[in-house]
Amino acid sequence: MFKKILIANRGEIALRIIRTCKEMGIKTVAVYSTADRDSLHVRFADEAVCIGPPKSSESYLNIPNIMAAAEITNADAIHPGYGFLSENAKFAEICAQYKINFIGPTAEQIRQMGDKITAKDTMKKAGIPVIPGSDGLLTDIEEGKKLAKKIKYPVILKATAGGGGKGMRVVWSEDEFEKAFETATMEAGAAFGNAGMYMEKFIEEPRHIEIQVAGDKFGNATHLSERDCSIQRRHQKLVEECPSPFVDEALRKKMGDAALKACKAIKYQSLGTIEFLVDKYKNFYFMEMNTRIQVEHPVTEEVMDYDLVKEQILIASGVKISGKIYLPRQMVAIECRINAEDPTKNFAPSPGKITSLHTSKGFGVRVDTHIYAGYTVPPFYDSMIAKVICRAQSREEALDRMERALKEFIIEGVKTTIPFHLWLLQNEDFRKGNYNTKFLENMDFTQLGA
Amino acid sequence: MDFKQIQELIKIVSKSELAEVKIEQDNFKITIRNKDASQPMITHAAPVYASPVLSAAPIAAASPASASAAPADANESEGPSAGGKIYEFKSPMIGTFYRRPSPDKDSFVKVGDEINTGDVICIIEAMKLFNEIEFEGRGRVVKILVDDSTPVEYDQPLFLIEQL
Repeated sequence: MFKKILIANRGEIALRIIRTCKEMGIKTVAVYSTADRDSLHVRFADEAVCIGPPKSSESYLNIPNIMAAAEITNADAIHPGYGFLSENAKFAEICAQYKINFIGPTAEQIRQMGDKITAKDTMKKAGIPVIPGSDGLLTDIEEGKKLAKKIKYPVILKATAGGGGKGMRVVWSEDEFEKAFETATMEAGAAFGNAGMYMEKFIEEPRHIEIQVAGDKFGNATHLSERDCSIQRRHQKLVEECPSPFVDEALRKKMGDAALKACKAIKYQSLGTIEFLVDKYKNFYFMEMNTRIQVEHPVTEEVMDYDLVKEQILIASGVKISGKIYLPRQMVAIECRINAEDPTKNFAPSPGKITSLHTSKGFGVRVDTHIYAGYTVPPFYDSMIAKVICRAQSREEALDRMERALKEFIIEGVKTTIPFHLWLLQNEDFRKGNYNTKFLENMDFTQLGA
Repeated sequence: MDFKQIQELIKIVSKSELAEVKIEQDNFKITIRNKDASQPMITHAAPVYASPVLSAAPIAAASPASASAAPADANESEGPSAGGKIYEFKSPMIGTFYRRPSPDKDSFVKVGDEINTGDVICIIEAMKLFNEIEFEGRGRVVKILVDDSTPVEYDQPLFLIEQL
């Protein structure tokens, strides 16, 4: 087992990882930028190293600085969390080179699944349903138009190096095609330095349902059922739940089996998530694979009563998984991501000093957060400041509990998305489980009451 | 906190690796600085919950001597040699700090030396790469804040420089 893990991340996930390490008796090293000097993860860790100025590229994304920090603290493993370097194959490679365990899959697996086109190909070969679309990158507009005609509009143009919803354009008809292609290409080039585009059939009323998988270094694989992450705004998840209100036992079996096949096909070794798009007819299509722990992992943990971060560390240290498949019994869990944003101002970021704070508590309530009264939310990073997770024995109860919990969450000094979540919890369609990824599209929250 | 408790605290701090301990309670504040702190990097952080608030300095400025090593962030304190503003030269990177080009050679700089743009004042080594750190401007070395061969982090004060 590892003696000391360096957590190459910040915020709530850094705390999450530190907590599990403490329980496992593993020493922890926190790294921080000068903007995070007063951050909680710095105080909770056994050791802390300042690795650069506020800008991510010069600190949390700075591989030499992080490796130097690992070297001077003699860390024998690095947990990359989510975002930042967690899906950076080069970083995983460098860790291997310096004989520091990267808590995640191999660099090769990251690479394979990181390139959306290669991932799709790999899955297709493994017999997993994929969304019909282009065979690799589109060479030009003409090729795109021809293919779109074949697979039928609407289609979506996507950047191969993309993420976070950038470099994507839906095209509803041929006359929109050229302009959409040009703007998407430009956006992709600017955001990722790679203007390569591919095309897919655009799934209508799609639900984003993902399967949590785990594989070990011995070729064993398993899954822990699904999470429904369809409530998104601009392709950013806001609410997640386990199980999905749309998935019945039969669909779960089919999707779970497909996810297992995917895992085994690449001999995946770590925790990961296979994301599927599910249409209204319950057809599911592989979208992408995330080779890291995800923000929404707590909903699975609450339903399955399982520490996923611990599992990651165990797998990385060479422990075999049991292979047992985890299905939801009775518990339901829902997570609301609380961002420091003002929903009435188009979700504009609202950094600043938190002057008073009372987080939700009580039976069946879990709050994963790094904030505290007096903490200043820096403007340099992600706006997510807390995750409120509620579990109960039915979806109805879990929703009621979440409403109670959010009403009790008092935070002053920054604006948050709590009013948005309270609105959502009262929305009839959401309560019934009738929603898909288009749910929040075109919705205006400027009039949201306090 | 009564006198006996303060005595105990001083004993504990001086035996430990901590560089500095600050305690704040209702209308009472005490700071205890360790003379012999030798590990500039290690933070033993107490969780930030109940009062009294106990905070250990996350970066130990491992100076072998006295309180004049206090961060001279924005102030124009008069240095030992008359007139010039004293400021901290901070580490631009993470790694192990070396005062000399090799164990058998002399230090790059010593206290009192006058340094100019381009002068190499120390080496910081990380991952087997030795980086020569160059000074910029004109100054005089007032104090060397870190021992030879110690790990340093980004922004850690390495030298006190008097601006000339």
